[in-house]
Amino acid sequence: MKKTEFLTFETAWCPGCGDFAILEALKETLEELQKNPHEVLVVGGIGQAAKTPQYINANGFEGLHGRALPPAAAAKIVNHKLTVIVDTGDGDSYGEGGNHFIHNIKRNVDMTHFVHDNQIYGLTKGQSSPTSDLGHVTDFTPDGVNTHPINPMVAAIGLGAGFVARAFSGDKEHLKSIMKAAINYNGYALVDILQPCVSFNKVNTFAWYKKRVYNLDENASYNPTDKAAAFAKAMEWGDKIPTGILYIEDDQSYVEKVPFLKEAPLVDLPVETEVIEGFFKEFM
Amino acid sequence: MDFNLLIGGAAGQGMETLSATFSKILQKRGYHLFTLQDYMSRVRGGHNFFQIRFSENPVKTHRDEIDGIIALNTETITLHLPRLAKDGFILADTDVSHEDSRLLKIPAKSLAKEAGNPKVSSSAILGALLKILGMDEAHLEDILSIKFKEDIVKQNLTAFLSGYGVPEKRFEEPTLQQEETMLIQANESIALGALAAGMKFYSAYPMTPATSIMSYLVKKSKEAKVVVEQAEDEIAAINMAIGASYTGVRSMTGTSGGGYSLMVEAVGMAGIMETPLVIAEIQRPGPATGLPTRTEQSDLLFVVHSSHGEFPKMVIALRHPEDAFYQTTRAFNLAEKYQIPVILLGDQYMADAIRTVKPFDLSKVTIDRHLADETPYREGKEYKRYELTDNSISPRLIPGRIPGTMVNADSDEHDELGNITESGEVRNAMVEKRAKKFALLQEEVLEPEYLGEKDPEILLLGWGSLHSPLSEAIDLLNQEGTTTYGALVFGDIWPLPEKKLRDYAKRAKKLINVEQNYNGQLAQLISQVTGIRVHGSVLKYDGRPLSATEIQKKVKEEAAL
Repeated sequence: MKKTEFLTFETAWCPGCGDFAILEALKETLEELQKNPHEVLVVGGIGQAAKTPQYINANGFEGLHGRALPPAAAAKIVNHKLTVIVDTGDGDSYGEGGNHFIHNIKRNVDMTHFVHDNQIYGLTKGQSSPTSDLGHVTDFTPDGVNTHPINPMVAAIGLGAGFVARAFSGDKEHLKSIMKAAINYNGYALVDILQPCVSFNKVNTFAWYKKRVYNLDENASYNPTDKAAAFAKAMEWGDKIPTGILYIEDDQSYVEKVPFLKEAPLVDLPVETEVIEGFFKEFM
Repeated sequence: MDFNLLIGGAAGQGMETLSATFSKILQKRGYHLFTLQDYMSRVRGGHNFFQIRFSENPVKTHRDEIDGIIALNTETITLHLPRLAKDGFILADTDVSHEDSRLLKIPAKSLAKEAGNPKVSSSAILGALLKILGMDEAHLEDILSIKFKEDIVKQNLTAFLSGYGVPEKRFEEPTLQQEETMLIQANESIALGALAAGMKFYSAYPMTPATSIMSYLVKKSKEAKVVVEQAEDEIAAINMAIGASYTGVRSMTGTSGGGYSLMVEAVGMAGIMETPLVIAEIQRPGPATGLPTRTEQSDLLFVVHSSHGEFPKMVIALRHPEDAFYQTTRAFNLAEKYQIPVILLGDQYMADAIRTVKPFDLSKVTIDRHLADETPYREGKEYKRYELTDNSISPRLIPGRIPGTMVNADSDEHDELGNITESGEVRNAMVEKRAKKFALLQEEVLEPEYLGEKDPEILLLGWGSLHSPLSEAIDLLNQEGTTTYGALVFGDIWPLPEKKLRDYAKRAKKLINVEQNYNGQLAQLISQVTGIRVHGSVLKYDGRPLSATEIQKKVKEEAAL
């Protein structure tokens, strides 16, 4: 397929960064889903991954560090005809934005959250991230990380997310198939995308991931609607790391629960002055 | 008649219902009224009271001296007796123990029991009160049916009539005007203003004393077709409101000082993104948790200077419920005209006070969205979200409408297209572009309201909710006839309107700022912007509202210095 619609831009990323593969996969996914760029909104926070809205021809909202999810959720509530994608990093999503991560699972607005998870802080030059493994030596943890990493898959399933998946930037076709399923999912969809940071993470390299990841979606006996099985898979991390859709469950999304949004997107609803005037009378 | 009634007791004793019912009766009879609420940060117990001042003439503010007390417990009498007028009265149930010739006992609980429900005792008290005040039972059943569930309306009515029969009439009801009024709090006025302005999205985190804006909006959400979202924290609340505004609806958030402290980074984002936003900041005494249910005006300088970096914002101090309604509608127009955050400053005193006002007039409200004409972009013109224009205001489009046209918003410094840049040249252009909007705002601001004698010797300076006590204090001071007084009460406060201030300051002998804070923040702001210095200050920071008589007394002391 010819990639034209979502265009190519000069980036500020390091050569060899996993971000490139994720961006390419995202563009191809959107084109294959036949999305119109002007009906797509890409929201980022701050960080290297969070620069994604800059590098794709779609509506873009580059917010504050850790705060990508709240404006994205609001945008979808205001115009549910938009395809809303949050594309940002592990620090933005699980660190600075942790509270929003928790509560947007609860809120269940129909949007897709792609987390570029390289287990390190890139833009601030190599500090540990919420997902850094125990013992990982960084400038800020010279004796190795001594706090447990957050497992976003376990957290998301535990908090009640309806679509929880992990992908690897080094397997573009699989990544794209997960992206498609996530965008098509009606509700909050989390895709944690493992990717190397070529500049600052010398432990979790491309080869490190490549050796460990395996494709869960090819395993016909795995049932992603079985929550207990999903927890077991979500906890698998070490010599083997599962990628694919770990958990999926149908649920009503936020917009479907607001009765008047069935008429039209909020942005298209008129102001009904006679209704407001009726409110005045209640004070008389 | 100018009557001041206090209803006091512990939280949970039903004061709120009693006060609301009596207020509604007064309004329906044609009185003007002003109800002050004083409550503690607890759900049960403690001491809470309402002060209802009413008259056949407009009532501007609360008053310290009390003409009548309804004591739901003994503590109410001990606490407020020093303020009771010599010829005042106390109404209480028979179980309240106090020796005073002014005490009138009503066997409210036993009358309630006779009416078939021990819980309706406050209606017996209400009956006695209306009798004393020379009022008949008109409107009563209608009002009781609004305030109570169907099955207990009758019991309340029975208890009311029994109570009505107990005391003697003491007052003759004055002649009342039958013009219609609204009985409303400033926070409800803000909420109505937002709805009238076409606001479609409100996200907030509950915080006293701002919560009642949200609770009103929640109640009307379905009818008005407005999304009201209780966010996980104030940071999410403001970021959601900005996201909603970017996507094309009028949006708003509201909080008090503590919540606003959490929001400030995003206030700067609205500034650099040039995304319209209206924020209600309803002040309470700080810092940190401070006095959660009490009043102060100590966030002025914080709000004016809130968020790092330089960007234009507008701050409007709300003066009273009517002002709150119209200024809220105006705030939305200004936010969209200049693509800036506009902050409405209220406070607990005004937020919780309930008063009669002239009904709001929707025909005075305009909705000017200031969105760019889509036609040229539909015909292929390149869209630049941050286009450098002559007046520095860029064309704003709603995303998702025009094929091939993208709308970018960026919290990083950006070029005209909204792409990140570190170019010094572009940076200068963008800083100057945003700064120029501040210059336009300086032309836009409304001058403060002037109260008092034409050429005053003493000029008082105040802002926001002090409009109410100041307007009465100025009358009291001028009635004394020795010195002439006037007051400038600021509504628009940032950018600071300077014309009237410079004019009056030149002619007055002494300038005295009257504020509910320790540092005299308005005086500091005035001095910073204009170099004008005050000669004296009346400042209060115990969390209780300044009254007109308090201002009168303290201003005279300062003026004499």
